[in-house]
Amino acid sequence: MATHAATHDHHDEKPEGFLDRWLFTTNHKDIGTLYLVFAFIMVCIGGAMSGVIRAELMKPGMQLVQPYFFNEMTTMHALVMIFGAIMPAFVGLANWMVPLMIGAPDMALPRMNNWSFWILPFAFALLLSTLFMAGGAPAGGWTMYPPLVLQGGNAIAFMIFAIHLMGISSIMGAINIIATILNMRAPGMDLLKMPLFVWTWLITAFLLIAVMPVLAGAVTMLLTDKYFGTSFFNAAGGGDPVMYQHIFWFFGHPEVYIMILPAFGIVSEIIPTFARKPLFGYRAMVYATACIAFLSFIVWAHHMFTVGMPLGGELFFMYATMLIAIPTGVKVFNWVTTMWRGSLTFETPMRWAIAFVILFTIGGFSGVMLAIVPADFQYQDTYFVVAHFHYVLVTGALFSIIAAIYYWWPKWTGRMYNEKWAKFHFWWSMVFVNVLFFPQHFLGLAGMPRRIPDYNVAFADFNFISSIGAFGMLLTPIMFFFILWHSKKYGAKADARSWEGAKGLEWTVPSPAPHHTFSTPPVIDDSALAHGDVTH
Amino acid sequence: MKFGGIWRKAGAWMAAAGMLASGVASANPQPWQLNLTAGVTDTSHKVYAMHMAAFWVCVGIGIVVFGAMIVAMVRFRKSKGAVAEKWSHSTKLELLWTVIPVLILIGLAWPATKTLIYMASTGSADMTVKITGYQWKWRYDYVDYQGKPVNRVGFISKLDAQSDRIRQLGSGLDPWSAKDADGYNDYLLNVDHPLVLPAGVKVRFVVTADDVIHAWWVPQLGWKQDAIPGIINDQWTKIDEPGIYRGQCAELCGQDHGFMPIVVKVVPKAEFEQWLAAQEAAGATEQAARTAQANVPARAGQG
Repeated sequence: MATHAATHDHHDEKPEGFLDRWLFTTNHKDIGTLYLVFAFIMVCIGGAMSGVIRAELMKPGMQLVQPYFFNEMTTMHALVMIFGAIMPAFVGLANWMVPLMIGAPDMALPRMNNWSFWILPFAFALLLSTLFMAGGAPAGGWTMYPPLVLQGGNAIAFMIFAIHLMGISSIMGAINIIATILNMRAPGMDLLKMPLFVWTWLITAFLLIAVMPVLAGAVTMLLTDKYFGTSFFNAAGGGDPVMYQHIFWFFGHPEVYIMILPAFGIVSEIIPTFARKPLFGYRAMVYATACIAFLSFIVWAHHMFTVGMPLGGELFFMYATMLIAIPTGVKVFNWVTTMWRGSLTFETPMRWAIAFVILFTIGGFSGVMLAIVPADFQYQDTYFVVAHFHYVLVTGALFSIIAAIYYWWPKWTGRMYNEKWAKFHFWWSMVFVNVLFFPQHFLGLAGMPRRIPDYNVAFADFNFISSIGAFGMLLTPIMFFFILWHSKKYGAKADARSWEGAKGLEWTVPSPAPHHTFSTPPVIDDSALAHGDVTH
Repeated sequence: MKFGGIWRKAGAWMAAAGMLASGVASANPQPWQLNLTAGVTDTSHKVYAMHMAAFWVCVGIGIVVFGAMIVAMVRFRKSKGAVAEKWSHSTKLELLWTVIPVLILIGLAWPATKTLIYMASTGSADMTVKITGYQWKWRYDYVDYQGKPVNRVGFISKLDAQSDRIRQLGSGLDPWSAKDADGYNDYLLNVDHPLVLPAGVKVRFVVTADDVIHAWWVPQLGWKQDAIPGIINDQWTKIDEPGIYRGQCAELCGQDHGFMPIVVKVVPKAEFEQWLAAQEAAGATEQAARTAQANVPARAGQG
């Protein structure tokens, strides 16, 4: 039925001319593509920075860069990867898939959609331009803790304005996603029938709206402290440097879930497809997501257990943090149970999704260990933390994005990719990402602090191994680009339902998806939804 | 309490195993070291026990979850003719894997809470040392000892000259060549003036900073503490075993963040008292000399 409606869209003429097509676009698919291309470029830039970091850390002694430049690299690597790569990639996926998944013709606010994307290149031009300024880029860490960050040059002002722009972009994107999901679902697509990717993004969008203004407030106070003589965070003027950390992490912790909830959604779409079995515990998954989102607001101080909080504060934040393990555990158990007694095949998206479940869980384990305050007094600010958040952000968020791209690529382009090369890409990444990050657990436990450019020789061996892993990982964007380019040009034609077990509205439109889809709303057939019948 | 008893026993066992694994009391970072140090204080032993308890809980859950995944991936392959079943819900199962993790977490939170309360008790110390973080060095001031104020004993402690030469970009010097008297490589883990502490004495630290935030961390003591301008934090330790314990600044504090190590030299009580007396005497002499010097030009000006 839906296919019928979709193919009747005769307005498939894409605007002619490069500027009309891309700069002035209001089409959710084109804007989604722009976001994804942007994110890919940022991954390459952020990856190059991590290459500098790992090259310097390959051997003890300073070989390549000055310590201050090393700090610029760690700071910029984090800002570029978080705000430039992971977040825009998820927004790109939401742009492409949310309307297709709920049977909407486009996003609710298409012009704002255009604007929220086109702010980003300017924001990052501002941020990256600081690398070429006298005094260099910001070097106080992506967390921008005062008083250290205020010692930087005028690059700080550029960083703050860049963050404001990213924040505006994110908030507009979030408003758009909420408006689309709440208003534009096809008749019969009840809230509790929506695909999990849509659910996780709906909740993520609320998190974004709640916390991006908090970050904006925090960095604005930094700005006035630096340039207008205020003393919000300056102890000598009656301010409090720790207050900044509280405000920052009130943003920062929900931010962590902003970068992982959509990943949960992606994996919840992919695993049922290749297990040929409905998602286990759909409602529990939705409630667990909401629960994680709520908890994300009351755990922020676990990033700052060593600042000297009172005992009661430490205990509260420890207990609240440990609670997060429960809904997260529910999710992992549900994915595993979805696979149980399914009929599994291991196409590339499924491989990345399974790798996500295993490696994200390892990141979750170190998360539980970090929640134990007495032990955290040892782990805090060591490579153990670095290993932890790279397991959840690289093998978690990034792997899920790669899984999503392989999964929906046939829908976007109408072409299949080369399965053999994609499997090579997968196994290569799987080996090197673990060579890169697993030894960092040992380094942290042995006593290596994070954000240092040089270290005692006791840490030499695992740093060397870790750097080998990093150089292996640096090749993966090139591989990925080549596989996708080859597919776009020479790939086999994809069916509308590109995967045997794929369910959901996005597979009812042709591949490639026409420029305009669902101009008339599709009829929803409950049993054709990815998670099956959820009436019970 | 029986429950607590079990944890204590398990903790002690794990701490002992850890000591065995990491070898000696020196317990400074070793090549290929895989695990946290068990450290040299009661606190660090408790912390290590918590670390291992959490680690084994994770290993246990990992075996169950990853085991189930592997079994599923092997048994339920379409290529082996597996046919997907239709179910997608089980209240019983979902309740089970909500309640069991809650119980496991309570099992972890209980000893963690007790350890935390123990670590927070900075009272009734025999000695106070003030630690101040600077870019990029530490200052130690001995405030009081055995109830008596210490007279002007304080000094700056910064990266030793040898490490500082080696760590310059393109120095051409070999980090492996930096060795202390015992043959331990102390590259970037050595200072000009270590913090000297007596063995077997409860020491209270008050920790602050002068410019930006630093963090004072010696892994063998079992904790780190942020040093924050405008704020005074306190911590305590009681080290029984004399020795050299090394650590580093753990909070990004600018370009030389990686180059402000910490060395604690723990000596027998009697030796410490001698050292402290000598420092006090030296401080008094220096002070007298400085006063005399300050007075001379003042008089000359009057004349």
